[in-house]
Amino acid sequence: MTRASKTARSRTRRRIPVPIWVFLVACVVLLGLDAVIHRHVVHPFEGMFGFYPLYGFAACVLLVLAATQMRRVVGRREDYYDAG
Amino acid sequence: MLVEWPPFGFLLAGAVLALVLPGRAAAIVSIVAPVLGFVHVAVLTEGTEWTIRLLGLELVPGRVDRLSLLFGYLFHLAAFLGAVYSWHVRDRVQQVAALGYAASAVGVVFAGDMLSLFVAWELMAVTSVFLIWARRTRASIGAGLRYVLLQGLSGLVLLAGVLMRNAETGTLAVGPIGIEDGEVFAWLILAGVGIKAAFPGAHVWLTDGYPNATPTGAVWLSAFTTKVAVYVLARCYPGTELLVVVGAVMAAFPIFYAVIENDLRRVLGYSMINQIGFMVVGVGIGTELAVNGAVAHAFNDVLFKGLLFMSMGAVLHVTGRTGGASLGGLARKMPFTAACCVVGAASISAFPLFSGFVSKSMVMAAALEEHHEVVWLVLLFASAGVFHHAGIKIPYFAFFAPARVSTDHVREAPWNMRWAMGLAAFLCITFGVRPGYLYALLPFPTAFTAYDATHVLAQTQLLCFSALAFAWLRWTGLYPAEVPSTNLDVDWLWRVPGLRGWRLAGTSVERVAGKIRGGSRNALGAILRGLTRSHGPHGVLARTWPTASVMVWVAVLLSGYLLLYFARI
Repeated sequence: MTRASKTARSRTRRRIPVPIWVFLVACVVLLGLDAVIHRHVVHPFEGMFGFYPLYGFAACVLLVLAATQMRRVVGRREDYYDAG
Repeated sequence: MLVEWPPFGFLLAGAVLALVLPGRAAAIVSIVAPVLGFVHVAVLTEGTEWTIRLLGLELVPGRVDRLSLLFGYLFHLAAFLGAVYSWHVRDRVQQVAALGYAASAVGVVFAGDMLSLFVAWELMAVTSVFLIWARRTRASIGAGLRYVLLQGLSGLVLLAGVLMRNAETGTLAVGPIGIEDGEVFAWLILAGVGIKAAFPGAHVWLTDGYPNATPTGAVWLSAFTTKVAVYVLARCYPGTELLVVVGAVMAAFPIFYAVIENDLRRVLGYSMINQIGFMVVGVGIGTELAVNGAVAHAFNDVLFKGLLFMSMGAVLHVTGRTGGASLGGLARKMPFTAACCVVGAASISAFPLFSGFVSKSMVMAAALEEHHEVVWLVLLFASAGVFHHAGIKIPYFAFFAPARVSTDHVREAPWNMRWAMGLAAFLCITFGVRPGYLYALLPFPTAFTAYDATHVLAQTQLLCFSALAFAWLRWTGLYPAEVPSTNLDVDWLWRVPGLRGWRLAGTSVERVAGKIRGGSRNALGAILRGLTRSHGPHGVLARTWPTASVMVWVAVLLSGYLLLYFARI
């Protein structure tokens, strides 16, 4: 884990590749569209600025963090059942 | 003449022919049978029925209506794609099992009575398990056994429910049952169907069985069993409130496992449960829009999940591996497979213009319309999650991540696999761009428009920011590394403590039986010894008595008698 985060930190110092830049700009534009495009809202949440983008981002971050913790509980060796 | 033959006839005949014909001819039959069957289904008209009388029962092995027709088209299409994908396979076990399995699935969706349905239901279980066993590894034999045990349990519970229903209500008809009245048979049938639909707790046959199947077998398996269960749910339990909750749980919990799972075909298994969750929610809501959405999603799922299983099967076929930790960098060597995988990934993630988008939007819209806000939020979470693991993780770790193992020897998948994948990808895009083709087949008329600014923008935002989260987590190193591991699931209960308990019970019974056996042997021995002592060759009672001694005893008796006589006087 610590090793992985070290290599990841050294990676942040590298240049961000062009496709990632394009993707980041696309994300900003999509967020901006929320202010421009009128939605047919069924639920009040949908009307909030940036609801879908923020929900998607937060959901995935929480999902991964929770799954990482879950691995501590349910993770076993690959041959766990064979050994038993 | 054609119509006189029940809808599963061509596939069943194909299975029988594949049993006797030589290898290449069997492969040709595998492709021709679904085509003929598809044409057959196309000429059927709604309301057609086949009936037979058996043991005083009126059985309906075939009945045609809109819902069964849709699944009929779908299963023949899936069988055709599967047959093209499996063209190179020269294993009679797999060829026969695959066609028999497809025929049984068609048999279930056209069954007009519960007993015919049950027979086809069980045939599905016994044919499909050979697609797992045909891998012929120790792991696949164990997984196949566990798979067929749970499938068998599903059939048994279903049969109990069907017979109880027949005894109580006198009907065998396949129609709405519902659990609202609380009858035991309704719960039993639901439980039987629920096991096959991979309800939480009973889902492990899927995540255990499918990754252990052959590369081609998993493609067949992914098409039929769970979709048949969704069909029966849509037929018998529409509008059952409980299913909304069950479906939401199914949509949510597998995505956590999918994030930490290394075997990419098992990741697909978990994402399959997640997709069935959407369908189960749709059936549970029960409005016309919701049931249409559920059925349409089942249709699309067969295509895009089949496509994803095909691409991972191609990777397994070529490299012999499906672990994320031992793949990567395959996009250069297998560009066509990679492209098809991306199409499948975009479809399952419900990107606009791909097939999952419309059907998933229908279920989500129905959840909101019926004021299931919490379920809607859960489904939204699940949509983001499925994009995360099936949309990004699978293509990324297989094809685009830096290669973990040398890819020098890797070549593109065989031509037949590429054709099957290409056709499935084409269909995923076709039904995404032109949802009208699918609308025309749905059980209820629909006026749903997914392609408006609201839906398209919302879904694109959700997915792009999920991707952003993935990129950010990879960048910061927070994303869990791909490591080969076993993640404990519900089956741990019977594979470890259950097995130990079983063994303990076995040894306890053995010990008690041993004690009883030992004790009775000792008691019997004592009795025999006693008898030998008295009656044996040297026993007291076996001795030869001299006449003189008898005379003495007679004298003693007479003297006693005399004494008593005098005493009385």
